[in-house]
This record gives sequence, structure tokens and C-alpha cells, in this order.
Amino acid sequence: MTLADLTRQAGEWLRGAGAMHDVVISSRTRLARNLAGMPFLSRCSPAQQHELEQRLRREVLEAALAREMFYVDVAAAGPLDRQLLVERHLISRQHGAAEHPRGVAVSSGETISIMVNEEDHLRLQVLRSGFELDEAFAEINRIDDRLESRLSFAFHSRYGYLTACPTNVGTGLRVSVMLHLPALKLTNTIEKVFHAAQDLHMAIRGLYGEGTEAMGDFFQLSNQTTLGKTEGQILSEFRDQIVPAIVEYERKAREGLVRQQLVAADDRIFRSLALLRSAMLISSEETMYLLSLVRLGINLGRVRDVDIKTVNELFLLTQPAHLQKIHNREMDANERAACRATYIRQRLAP
Amino acid sequence: MKGKCEKCDRPATVHMTEIIGGEKIEKHLCEQCAMTAGITIKANVPISQMLEDFVLATSNAPEESPLACDCCGITFSEFRSKGLLGCPNDYDALESQLLPIVRRAQENAEQHVGKVPCRAGDDQVRQTNILRLRSQLRDAVATENYELAARLRDQIKEVEP
Repeated sequence: MTLADLTRQAGEWLRGAGAMHDVVISSRTRLARNLAGMPFLSRCSPAQQHELEQRLRREVLEAALAREMFYVDVAAAGPLDRQLLVERHLISRQHGAAEHPRGVAVSSGETISIMVNEEDHLRLQVLRSGFELDEAFAEINRIDDRLESRLSFAFHSRYGYLTACPTNVGTGLRVSVMLHLPALKLTNTIEKVFHAAQDLHMAIRGLYGEGTEAMGDFFQLSNQTTLGKTEGQILSEFRDQIVPAIVEYERKAREGLVRQQLVAADDRIFRSLALLRSAMLISSEETMYLLSLVRLGINLGRVRDVDIKTVNELFLLTQPAHLQKIHNREMDANERAACRATYIRQRLAP
Repeated sequence: MKGKCEKCDRPATVHMTEIIGGEKIEKHLCEQCAMTAGITIKANVPISQMLEDFVLATSNAPEESPLACDCCGITFSEFRSKGLLGCPNDYDALESQLLPIVRRAQENAEQHVGKVPCRAGDDQVRQTNILRLRSQLRDAVATENYELAARLRDQIKEVEP
């Protein structure tokens, strides 16, 4: 399997299944790890960075973490391929934009990705469709154990796993769930979510993590602290407290829409679908916004001739790098807008 | 009037204009440099304090010795400006200044209670030792001292897990 094969499908985690998948798009766990006896990446010489990349690439691939894994040398990849990896959430935007020796190992279903030489020597990530945090954690913990049997990680009895930035120290665990909250947005009650997150010291961000805007009513909720709590405690805050509460708010808001504002909601939903089915030029922002409402329509049982999987795939495959990879050529924004509109019309044809 | 002292980096609090041979010369100094230059003396200050100020103003001793890691060389202020630490040993080497930052970022927590690696027996002294050897190796390569570099590389191989 190679990078080129990726564009033919969406990742396993976008298949629109799993618990609470009407609201929770995906669950992600991430561990930050550094090798003992080595400087953190930003303090490594170019030779050390190269040595680290070679060694970690070999160890990760030899550890047989999944049935099939492939490695992308991100430093050698072209700009389009890097952007593709970012759009698929397989690497961070920083990892895409950096210049030093680095890479990413990806499992064939794209549920596992292991960034080599990011801010920390290793950033392990497991993605699952729907609200499947416990499964995502069990998997990442297994990967961590497997790697730890081959590598010695920097660990401190007081501070736990040592990381380049003190905001990740301790467990090194960042848990995040991607939420689709269109009804809370439509009914102007999204503030509830922000307050709930604030009370539990959690961060709410846009689709692509830190520093990104929330687009198309998608929000990423993640823990801010990594020290002083066990991994189990961090997970339980999501599982037992905040996520069920937010899902409940969103479902109530959706019920309210159907009960009290059905015509208005239908109007928004079917106008969105009609636009997607007839537009000749469309930006990725507008696509996200309209697809979000169509997704709501499907979940409310109003739209019956489009399935969730198609909508989830369109969110991904209409992104700039994906469009260009599918058509195998570079395009400017205008060309992309035309190409995107054509692709959407084909996929959503009644 | 604001600005820095002409002789050091402290804020200038003494401003003076001299006219020598028809030429106007402006001087902006801090209290201590002004004292050293004999321009001002502090009234109502005990003589011991004056002496101390004088010694401080004339010696080159920095007011506060900045913390630095003896493995990677990073100073606390370098960490502050970049937000990233240089090596695992920094958590000990810079601890007195780093701990308040860790506490602020981590809701006052300062003790790990989560997973412990199976190899936790891999003691910190040994890890720090490897870090130090690596830093020496890097310097040796940079200064083209290949004989030393080869020796250091062997030593690292011996102690590395």
C-alpha cells in the first residue's frame, strides 16, 4: 500500500459507524514519547535528527504494530502529498510544514499513525469511527507496550513521560473527540458546550486541531492536562461526563427542531442539498457548511436518498489536496472550485 | 524621560546635560552608574548600602545566575522564548523555574500518577549520563576532534540500552 492508494477511499474512521455516531464523528487517542538519552528534537543536530529518523522508522516498522503498515518519508514527499496527509489527519499541520528529517508510519486502514520526529520523537495516534475511546486507548496502549519492549522512553518518577513541551508531560496522553453539532449551532445554544468544556478544563478547537476555526459545525474536544491524572481518569471524564452530556444537548436540540421548526429546518437542509446538487463552482468552506446541514438532514430522517458514509467521504475527498490527487494534477482555486462542484454533483446524483 | 542607561541595561533615571566648550552633551544613566561616575550620591542611604551598590555596579556579576542544563545547554530564558525544552534532563536542571510553569499548565498537578514503563528501572542517572556523552560527542564532531568522537561513541554504545 502507498500514499497514492489513499485517495481512492476515506479512512476507516470515517465510515460513520460506532457508538453515538449521529453526533460523534470520531475518537482519537495520542501519546507523546521521547527516547531516553537523546536531546528533544529541536535541540538535536541535523545528524542526530537523521539518525533518529532512521532508527525510529526501522523500529516502528519492525515492531509489526498492524497487519500492514507503510511509511511515508515526509521530508522527501511533495507539497501535495504532505497536504493530503494533513487533510486525512494522519500528520499535524506542523509536521507537514517542517523541514527536518521526519516521517509517518500508517496502518492500511488508517486507524494507526505514528509520526516520527514531530515535536516529540514519537507521536502515536489511534483513530476510531464514532465514540470508541476505550477501544482507541486499548489499541494505543498496546502499541506503546510493543514499542517500549524495543525502545527506552524518557521517564521521570515525578513528571512521568518527559516531553519537549511541559503541556504534554506525565501521561503524554491527548484524547479528542470530533463532534458534529449543527442543531446546537442552528438554535444558538452552542454556548452550553463551551461552558461544559470550560468546567472540565477541556479545549474546543476546529477540525484540524490547534489554531484552526470550527468549520461546518464540527468541533474537536480535547483534554488540556496530562499530569496528575491516570489515563483511566482522563478517559472517564470524556466517557462518563462531558461527551454523553454534549450528545444529549445536541439530540435534544435536534428533537426540538423537528417538533417546533420542522419547515424551517427542512428548508435549510433541502436548500443545502439542492445547492450541492446543482452548483458549478464551490469552495471547500461552502462545501463543509452545506454538507453539515445535509448530514443533519440524514440523521433527522429527512434526507433519505443520501447515506452518511457518502457525506463523510465528501468532507474529505473535496479538500484541496485530495481533489488534486484524484485528478492527478495541480490546480488553482478556481479550477478546484469547478472540479469540486462536478465531483459533488456526481456523488450526490439522485 | 524614558530609555536605558548608556552603560548598562537598567532603566536610565539620571539625565544630565553638560555643555563643554560650547558642545552640548547629554547623559542618561541609571542610579548605580551615575553613582559610580560620581555624578550622584544617595542621601539617606546607609553607608553599607552605598558600598554594596558600588560593588554591584562595578563588578560584572550578573544579578541572578541564569539556570542552564549541563547536558543540552539550554537556559530557562531560551525555553521561555521557544516554549520547548532541550532534553529530558531539563526537568531536573531547570526545575526551580520550570515547576511553576508545569503547575500552571497542569491545573496545579506536579506528580505523575499514570502509566509507568516496564523498564522504569532504567534509572535517570544513566539516562542523564548518556545525554551528557551525546552532547560531548556533538561538540567533538563540531570541532573535528574525531579521535575523541570515536571514543565517546564507544562509550555511548556501552551504556545505551
